[in-house]
Amino acid sequence: MAMFSGRLRDSKPPRVGAVMDGHPLETGPDASRGVMLYLEDITVSFDGFRALDSLTLYIEVGELRCIIGPNGAGKTTMMDVITGKTRPDAGSAWFGQTIDLLTLSEPEIAQAGIGRKFQKPTVFEQHTVFENLELAMAGDRAVWKTLFARLSDTQRQDIEAILETVGLIDCRFDRAGTLSHGQKQWLEIGMLLMQSPQLLLVDEPVAGMTPQETERTAELLSSLAGKHSVVVVEHDMDFVRSIAKKVTVLHEGRVLAEGTIDEVQQDAKVNEVYLGV
Amino acid sequence: MADAAALRAEAFTGRLWPALQADRGGRVFLSVLAAVTVLVPLLNLIPAAGSALHLSSYTVTLLGKYMTYAMLAMAVDLVWGYCGILSLGHGAFFALGGYAIGMYLMRQIGARGVYGNPNLPDFMVFLNWNELPWFWHGFEYFSVAALMVLLVPGLLALLFGFLAFRSRVSGVYLSIITQALTYALMLAFFRNDMGFGGNNGFTDFKDLLGFSLQSPGTRMALFLVTALALGGTYILCRFIIASRAGRVIQAVRDAENRARFLGYRVESYKLWIFVLSALLAGIAGALYVPQIGIINPSEFSPANSIEIVIWVAIGGRGTLYGAVVGAFLVNYAKTYFTAAWPSMWLYALGALFVSVTLLLPNGVIGLVKARFGRPR
Repeated sequence: MAMFSGRLRDSKPPRVGAVMDGHPLETGPDASRGVMLYLEDITVSFDGFRALDSLTLYIEVGELRCIIGPNGAGKTTMMDVITGKTRPDAGSAWFGQTIDLLTLSEPEIAQAGIGRKFQKPTVFEQHTVFENLELAMAGDRAVWKTLFARLSDTQRQDIEAILETVGLIDCRFDRAGTLSHGQKQWLEIGMLLMQSPQLLLVDEPVAGMTPQETERTAELLSSLAGKHSVVVVEHDMDFVRSIAKKVTVLHEGRVLAEGTIDEVQQDAKVNEVYLGV
Repeated sequence: MADAAALRAEAFTGRLWPALQADRGGRVFLSVLAAVTVLVPLLNLIPAAGSALHLSSYTVTLLGKYMTYAMLAMAVDLVWGYCGILSLGHGAFFALGGYAIGMYLMRQIGARGVYGNPNLPDFMVFLNWNELPWFWHGFEYFSVAALMVLLVPGLLALLFGFLAFRSRVSGVYLSIITQALTYALMLAFFRNDMGFGGNNGFTDFKDLLGFSLQSPGTRMALFLVTALALGGTYILCRFIIASRAGRVIQAVRDAENRARFLGYRVESYKLWIFVLSALLAGIAGALYVPQIGIINPSEFSPANSIEIVIWVAIGGRGTLYGAVVGAFLVNYAKTYFTAAWPSMWLYALGALFVSVTLLLPNGVIGLVKARFGRPR
């Protein structure tokens, strides 16, 4: 479908020192070696239970990676470590080669260029789709600035490019509250894209979606790869099969297998613990 | 600096026109207000008293009073309808603005009081005070009083809002502490030794800027100033709501955490809009007192503040002009009932509120829009 083939944003240099609360980072991630995210020997224990057990994982620039695994495999904990919500007991996490994620707070990590989409969509329901993206747009957040802020042509084009990317261009003047569940998910992904993240973490994007919506989400995420590194955590195997080039299977806090979907499916250990074939 | 100011002015006018073009209800409201502003003086001054077309000075003052209530209602709609802060204490800011101008009017009485003391208002003479308390100094100047009309409600709102929003007090808890705020002020102002006339407050005003408050000309001027202030308040509020800041404020109302997660300092936005709203309420109070001729601590009563919220709910919140409609409807009904069946007023108000809540969740304006308007 041509739905998501609209203009993508031009790849920009890492966005620097934008908004949030005070402490802008001086540099964006340096991914010159082709790796966006380094997780090495990450261990997280909750009361003796090892949610992550020496997890090592690399995400390449522009890659679309699916993470699968049974409940309790550590998928969400891994997301929490990357976004600064949970601090690991051991190991290291680097965003590019220069940004040590373990030293940054949640807003600082968001600002450095990691966007996280939670499971339940949250958008501003009384605002139009366009206005939702406008509010998410990078810019000065001080009251006095927003009072007199006007959209420049470039900003308007940026918003429209994202609207096309997430397939909501035709309902840009509809109120977000009138969107379907799936459309709200796409809008929220669009809001993350407005902040031009280098790395997008997407948690169960197709939970509760109709088959058609699932299909469109697959197209959307596939189209984002290349411009952004995308990590998708998902249970729905059909969905994973439809988007993933590379799949990582987590089990008991460790990487059990990694490879193409076919390789993973033929792996005996994986079949035993997860796929159950 | 000058360039920045020019840019801001340009942003103001440049965005106001599109905002008003998209705002049909607002255009209707401003047109009606303009018509009233022109017609009322004409009907008051030209037809002879006793002619069917003549509008009495009593009616002019009554309209002026309703307009100050409408301004107050708009201030409440700004914080409640758009930012989700249900303030049940806005009567306090209104009363403080009224007291500030009341102090000026008391000083203007001079030696014309009952006791003829040129330096002390009557109630101080009555209390055997020998000199003016320190906080009364300067109130003989209109400019000082006008500044205090803004400063006192503004600073109170700033302090109160800073503490409340910083501690993330919201919802019904915030409503309750705003009630406590206005109740505490009421008790304080009832005390004689506070120096604000206690129980009786201020009354018996003589003149304002040298013009007698009893003369029809002064009353007409006050009416016109009030009408302009009401229109100006509307335009200012509409500009804010149509700006990106206005959209952030509504985003805070609908999904506070999402707004915070996007990097907005939710507390600053709430504080800012709350202080602005308190300033508008203070100005409304300052316009109210010279027209009505009295200010006393009952203006701080918690029930008054709740009534303002009822005006907004009945008119239709989140529209600005709905607040005006509500303020006029309820106060007209109040004037009518308290004259015709005084004992019935509170029942009528209660019935009105219950029926609007049950039958018209978007107020009278919601009904009008559903009947005649395009969907929002």
